[in-house]
Amino acid sequence: MRVLLVDDEEELVATLAERLEMRGITACWVTNHRAALEAVDRERFDIALLDVRLPEMNGLDLKRLIEAKQPTMKFIFLTGHGSEEDFNACSAESGREYYLIKPVQIDVLTAKLHEICAEQGDRQ
Amino acid sequence: MAMLEPFKHYKPSFLNQADQSSGMYKPLYNFKRLWKQSIAVTLAVVLLPLFTLAAVDYVISKRALDSELVLRTARQASNARRTLSAYLEERKFALYFLTLDNTFDQLADEKRLGQLLEHLRGGLGDWHDLGLIDHTGTQVNYAGPYNIKGINYSEQEWYKKLHYKDMETYNHAVAMHSDVSDIFLGFRMTPHFVISVLHNKPEGGEHYLLRASLDVERLNTILSHLEVGGDGEAFLVNREGIIQTPSRHYGNIMQTFPLGVPPFSEHTETFEQVDHLGRRVIVGYAYIIDTPYILLIVKHKNDLVQTWKSTDSQLLVFLAVSVLAIVAVVVGICTYLVNNIYQSDQKRLASLHQAEYANKMASIGRLSAGVAHEINNPLAIINEKAGLIKDLFTFRQEYAGDKRLLGLVDSIIHSVERCATITRQLLNFARNIQVTVQQVHLSKVVGDVLEFQAREAAHQNITVSVDIPDTIPELFSDRGKLQQVFINLINNAFAAMKGGGQLAIQSRLSDDGTRIITTISDTGCGIPPENLEKIFEPFFTTKSGSGGTGLGLSITYGLVTELGGSISIESVVDQGTTITVTLPLSLQTYPEPPHARTAG
Repeated sequence: MRVLLVDDEEELVATLAERLEMRGITACWVTNHRAALEAVDRERFDIALLDVRLPEMNGLDLKRLIEAKQPTMKFIFLTGHGSEEDFNACSAESGREYYLIKPVQIDVLTAKLHEICAEQGDRQ
Repeated sequence: MAMLEPFKHYKPSFLNQADQSSGMYKPLYNFKRLWKQSIAVTLAVVLLPLFTLAAVDYVISKRALDSELVLRTARQASNARRTLSAYLEERKFALYFLTLDNTFDQLADEKRLGQLLEHLRGGLGDWHDLGLIDHTGTQVNYAGPYNIKGINYSEQEWYKKLHYKDMETYNHAVAMHSDVSDIFLGFRMTPHFVISVLHNKPEGGEHYLLRASLDVERLNTILSHLEVGGDGEAFLVNREGIIQTPSRHYGNIMQTFPLGVPPFSEHTETFEQVDHLGRRVIVGYAYIIDTPYILLIVKHKNDLVQTWKSTDSQLLVFLAVSVLAIVAVVVGICTYLVNNIYQSDQKRLASLHQAEYANKMASIGRLSAGVAHEINNPLAIINEKAGLIKDLFTFRQEYAGDKRLLGLVDSIIHSVERCATITRQLLNFARNIQVTVQQVHLSKVVGDVLEFQAREAAHQNITVSVDIPDTIPELFSDRGKLQQVFINLINNAFAAMKGGGQLAIQSRLSDDGTRIITTISDTGCGIPPENLEKIFEPFFTTKSGSGGTGLGLSITYGLVTELGGSISIESVVDQGTTITVTLPLSLQTYPEPPHARTAG
C-alpha cells in the first residue's frame, strides 16, 4: 500500500511517514500542494492523507486536482480545526468516516488505511 | 395582618421588586415609586376639582339658603306691616270721617254718639266705646259700657301730644291729627288700645277730640294668620320693648321683650341673633309708622335649615361613596398598568440576559474553537514524536530492554490523548453553539453534558443515573440550547448536593405522544416554599456571596420557553428537588416562541 501524506507541518508528516513505514506501509510525504501534485505525476498512490487547511490551497481543492490525475485514489482528511463548515464539506466529499481530527492515534489511522485498501481490493 | 393573608396572592409582583439602582440590568423605572406617583397624580387631578366643586357648591347653597331665609322673613314682615298699617289707618279714617260728618253739637248728643258707635261696630267690628273730649280735656260725651263721662284727660300724655300738635298746625284746618296708644289693660282688664282723632273747627274756634278704644283681638288674628313657618311667630312690641300681643316664647302682654328694642328704621330690617333660650333666630322687624308698635317676626334657624341638613348629609354620603369608588378605580387601574409595564420590563430584562448569555456563549465557542485548533497541531506533533519513540522501542530490539523509558513514552502518549479529548470536547461545544434546529436524541444531549460533569460528580461523591429509553423519538430542536438547559439544571442539582447524593434523570413520552417529559431529581437541600415562586425570576439567588448571579434558572426558563416547552419545580426542604422539563417533539409546531422579545 502506498500512501501520500500532505501537511504543512513537516515535523508531523515526516514522523508520521516514518511510523507508517515501520508498519509496512509505504508513505511519501510533502508539505504543499505543488509538491503533492508533482509526486502524483511521478508515482502512483493508493491513498492520500490531506490536511484540510494547506497554506495556499485547501485540501478539498487539492483532492479534485489529484483525482483528475489518478481517479482511483482514495482520500482521508485530517484537520486540527473542528469547524462546522470543514466538517460538512469533508463529509459531503468523502463521507464522515474519512474525516479525522488531529492528533490521530496511529492504530486508528492504520486500521482506517487497511480498511479502505480492503474495500478497494473488494471492488477490483 | 392575618386578615391580609388571603390577599397576599393578589399582591402585584412589582411591589416585591428589589431595589437595584445601578448595573447593566437596572429596571427602566422604580416601579414602586412609579405606582405611588401615578396614583397620587391621578387622584389629585380627579379629587381636587371634585372637592373644590363640592366645597364651592356647599358654600353657595348655604349662602343662598341663608339669604333666602332672610329675604322671606323680610318680605313677611313687610307684608304684615302693610296689613297692620292698613287696619289702623282704616280705623283712624273712620273716626276722622265722623268728625267731618258731624258737628260738635251732633257729637255731643248722647243718642247720636250711641248710634254712631253702633254703626261702627256694624261696619268695622271690635269697637269698644266712643268718647268726645272738648278743648279743655274733659270728656263731654261717651258711648260705651262704662260711666266715664266728665273725666278730664288734660294731664294725660296722649292728650298733651295731640294738643301740642294742634298748636303747631293750628291754621292747617284740613290736617288730620291722630294718636294710636300702646296696648294696655285699663280698668276693663282686657287688652285694648285707643285711637284719638283731633278736629279743628274750620270756621275757627275751639278744637275737640274723638276718642275710641278697640279690642286687640283683631290684631292678634291678623298676626296669627301670618304663615311664619315652623316654630316661628309674629307679634308686636312697643318702642319701650313691652310686648303688645302674646308671644309663645318671649312672654305675655305687658312683659318686657328679652331681646331688646331693635334700632329704628323706616324700612323692614332683619338680623340674626341668639335668643335668651340659646336658639339661633332670624328676626325680621318693621316700625309701624304713626303708631308705637314694632312688628317682630322671629324664626328659629334650626327648624328652617333642617331640610338643608338632610340634603347636606345625603350629598356628603354621595361624595364619600364617589371618592371611595374613584380611589378604588384609580388604584386598580394604576396597579394593573404599572404591573403590566413591570412584566414587560421583566421580559425585556430576561431577553437582554438571554441575548447576552447567547453572545457570551458564542464568543466562548469561537475562542475555544481557535484554541483547540492551535493546540491540536503541536499536540499532533508531540503525539507523533512520542509515537515514533515508542515505535522505535517496539520495532527495534536494541531499545526494547529499557522498560522505564517505555513507561515514560506511554505516559506522554496518554497525556496527549487526554489533551486531545479536551480539545475535541471544546470543538464539539463550539460547533453546537452555532447550530439551530436539528434532529437530536435527548440521551445524546444529556450524555454530552454529563461527560463534562463526570469529574465534578465523582469529586462530590454524587451518583448519577440516567434513564432515557431509546424508544423515545428524536427531537427536532436546538441542540445548543438543549445543552445549556441541561448544563444549568445539572449544575444546580450538583450545587444543592454539597455532601453527595443521587441525581436521577428520566425521560418519557407524554400520553398524547407529542412531548417528551424529563425529570431531573436530586437529593439535595431543597428549596423553601417561599422561594419556589420566585425561583425563575431574574436575579433571584440564594447563592449570594458565592458567585451566583441569579440568572441561571431564569435563562433556563427562557430557553425552555423558547424551545416551546415548559418547566416546573417541586421541592421539599432537606429531601430534594425535582424539576420537570416538557419539550415538544418538534419545534415547528411552535413557529412563534411565546417568549416575546421586547429588547431591540
